Amino acid sequence: MDYFVLIIAAIFVNNIVLAQYLGNCPFIGTSKESGVAMGMGFAVVFVAVMAAAITWCVQKYLLTPNDLGYLQTIAFILVIAALVQFVEMFLKKVIPPLYKSLGIFLPLITTNCAVLGIAIICQREEYSLMETVIFSLASGAGFMLALVVLATIRERLEISRVPVSLRGTPLALIMAGLMSLAFFAFKGMAS
Amino acid sequence: MIVTSVLILFGIGLVAAVILAVASKVLYVYEDPRIAEVESVLAGANCGGCGFPGCAAAAQGVVAGKAGANVCVIGGTEVAQNVAAIMGLEFSVMEKEIAFVDCTGGIRAEAIYRYEGVNDCRAQHMLYKGSKMCPEGCLGFGTCVDACQFGAIEMGPYGYPVVNPDLCTACGGCVQVCPRGVITIWGRTARIQHLNMVTDCLAPCRQRCPGQINIPRYIEQVSRGDYAGALETIRERIPMPLSIGRVCPHPCEEACRRQHVDESIGINMIKRFAADWEMNSGKRLPIPCAPENGRKVAVVGGGPAGISCAYFLRRLGYSPTIFESMPALGGQLRYGIPEYRLPKAILDWEIEGILALGMDVRTETQFGRDFTLEDLTDQGFEAVFLGIGAWKNASLRIENEDAEGVLTGTELLTRVGIGVDTGIGTKVVVIGGGNTAIDASRTSVRLGTDVTLMYRRTRTEMPANEEEIIGAEEEGVKYQFLAAPKRILVDDAGRVTHLEYIRMELGEPDQSGRRRPEPVEGSEALLECDTILTAIGQKPELDCLYDENGACQLDETRWRTLDAHPDTLQTALPHVFTGGDMYTGPSLVITALGQGRKAARSINQFLTSGMISVPEPLQRDLIPYTMFKDVENVNPKKKPPMPQLCSMEDRTCTFNEVEGTLSEEEVKQEACRCMRCGLTCYNRNPEPDRLDFSEPGVKKD
Ligand code: SF4
Ligand code: SF4
Repeated sequence: MDYFVLIIAAIFVNNIVLAQYLGNCPFIGTSKESGVAMGMGFAVVFVAVMAAAITWCVQKYLLTPNDLGYLQTIAFILVIAALVQFVEMFLKKVIPPLYKSLGIFLPLITTNCAVLGIAIICQREEYSLMETVIFSLASGAGFMLALVVLATIRERLEISRVPVSLRGTPLALIMAGLMSLAFFAFKGMAS
Repeated sequence: MIVTSVLILFGIGLVAAVILAVASKVLYVYEDPRIAEVESVLAGANCGGCGFPGCAAAAQGVVAGKAGANVCVIGGTEVAQNVAAIMGLEFSVMEKEIAFVDCTGGIRAEAIYRYEGVNDCRAQHMLYKGSKMCPEGCLGFGTCVDACQFGAIEMGPYGYPVVNPDLCTACGGCVQVCPRGVITIWGRTARIQHLNMVTDCLAPCRQRCPGQINIPRYIEQVSRGDYAGALETIRERIPMPLSIGRVCPHPCEEACRRQHVDESIGINMIKRFAADWEMNSGKRLPIPCAPENGRKVAVVGGGPAGISCAYFLRRLGYSPTIFESMPALGGQLRYGIPEYRLPKAILDWEIEGILALGMDVRTETQFGRDFTLEDLTDQGFEAVFLGIGAWKNASLRIENEDAEGVLTGTELLTRVGIGVDTGIGTKVVVIGGGNTAIDASRTSVRLGTDVTLMYRRTRTEMPANEEEIIGAEEEGVKYQFLAAPKRILVDDAGRVTHLEYIRMELGEPDQSGRRRPEPVEGSEALLECDTILTAIGQKPELDCLYDENGACQLDETRWRTLDAHPDTLQTALPHVFTGGDMYTGPSLVITALGQGRKAARSINQFLTSGMISVPEPLQRDLIPYTMFKDVENVNPKKKPPMPQLCSMEDRTCTFNEVEGTLSEEEVKQEACRCMRCGLTCYNRNPEPDRLDFSEPGVKKD
């Protein structure tokens, strides 16, 4: 039951982009087409789970025992960057079609604050390893959900008459804001 | 504390580095170093204008062969030059390409649905498919305008997009969003190689022209006074506007939509005007050609098909060599068409301009006698075009056919063409009903003879052009319809004295749909004559294809013409192509010119990729729904008469040209009669900003 609440909270209530406002640049940048949004979403889920799990271990076995909590951010960035590099090499060699379809999104994730954010939240909430994996998976899914919803809205907007000054990013930001307001309705359902 | 921090971070970094180092060894995938090099010379703006997601992807595309050196739409020549250098390509000046809007319909193509909701071409297309009466035309919502990142396309005053050539980068953004395929990215090379497709905006005249000339476009250019532009449009399809402007029987005019209002547009007269304008100006317009790529192609036959193939090959960058058996180039244009229709001086001027583009010519070398296909391959020719025409005459199969005084119509025309003694007498009978028969008759009249033309059906069934039939009659040619030769009578010296013929009557229709002539028993009669000219059909002389053992690597059709793929003109030997009369049997000059271009396109594709593409929606026949006859709301306007150059006395005793060219004023008036048709739309009334030539020089408001 706890896991269920955790999942609902991560996807809807504390959605990583719409409630925590993390990962806004890939959110706007890759939400022009729903196909691309799906690809990016999967890439984020995948990397977020891996990163959260590994950083959990780093924190638990390296930083905390040595009382080095303040190194958290820099250490996590190091770990995530190396991880993404590794995943990139691995996919390129082993699953080239997936590598190709992820294209430029993989390297983009290196600098994605949503992934770092998820890893840090897990520490702040003092989740167990299992909870960390579930939470990061759900958060990734929340990111994907937001991304796909925005992409479909933007696809629809593409074929509508929009004042020139609002076309593209400005309107996407307004839409993201409105979506964020809508997600506020979930506030208080779980924490 | 600090030491531990440093050690821990260093440790994490080291572990990560070791893992990555090992991984990079184990998971190593070879990547072409040129990708990085190409990426470093691109503009680096990551604009996506090229269609790739960023410059890195574009660089990969270049190395993978999916994009050319000109991939970067904002980099210009310099970047393209650098990319070409990395890829080991030779760089010559980039051909300017821009977006080209084929549909000029807009408000003229009536809407049949009410548009609701979203104003976007793609949405309309998804919702209503043919939301304008024309299934191919522009919908006019300007989605392309929104898509252009460079502000190069805007909605014009008539509701269809207009491209600004100076701003267009040929990125293709507009092409991607247009659901109707109205916009294409075009450069000269692509335009030359384009074959008409049913999805193009094809006016009836344009569908009917065997040369696939963009007729409405050049007529419009002439009406604006842009004669050079009109010639360029014509020359994208045929190399000989001067000759064709004189000899073409203009099948396009038979399809012209204007005939349902008053009279067809004088399409060929307009073409002739533009061509004459260039010749009379004394200056040749430059004909842009791609830089030479050093590849050699042999063109066998210097007639219209061969000249056209060589011309387009040269424009595409090849080095063609024309092999011709006669002393000069021109084929039937020179040896089959009389001087009074196409003066040799004009033909020479035209051919001179084509040869000046740079091609080799070897005259008086005959295929099959002086060289073979193998010889051409040995000499380094990578492909061969065979276009030797149809010079073999069909025989009458009657008694004394080889008597002295019996000649073929083409023999007479050739003899006159090369200026040797014709050997004809004073009373001539010409047998046949086609254009060659008429040419032979009118030529004989000019040689001072008494001419009778004998044809086995009636006048209405004569395949010759109506104007030609009338012209011949005016010059004194007597017609003998419904009569067929039976026997030739000769004197002791073996010279023709009489032709015995039999009367015919028309029976049931035959395969060609014409009523079959049948002899009336016992109606034989004699016609006194000393010369008989036969013009009952020609065939290609294919013996040259056979070696001494009687073997031939190419296939023949049952009409004794050379067999080839109808769309690519490729024969049984992959590097050998054909076209013109050798492939079709005796046909029009414009057909031969058109096929020369088609063959050049095929040769180019064959030599560059080994494959010849045939676009799916190729236009082969007239498109039925575009052939409607109710053309409403168009006011009738007078057509200027065809100017005659010779008075009747001069006409029958000299070979001076008979027909003249329209004056500038007349040609503009005629051009303004053109309704600029699309598939289903046409200009209802003359556009107000054009000059109204009913009152010369006065602008109408
Ligand atoms: S008009 Fe079309 S091809 Fe030209 S720059 Fe604009 S989008 Fe690109
Ligand atoms: S009116 Fe003009 S565009 Fe229309 S069919 Fe005749 S020549 Fe062609």
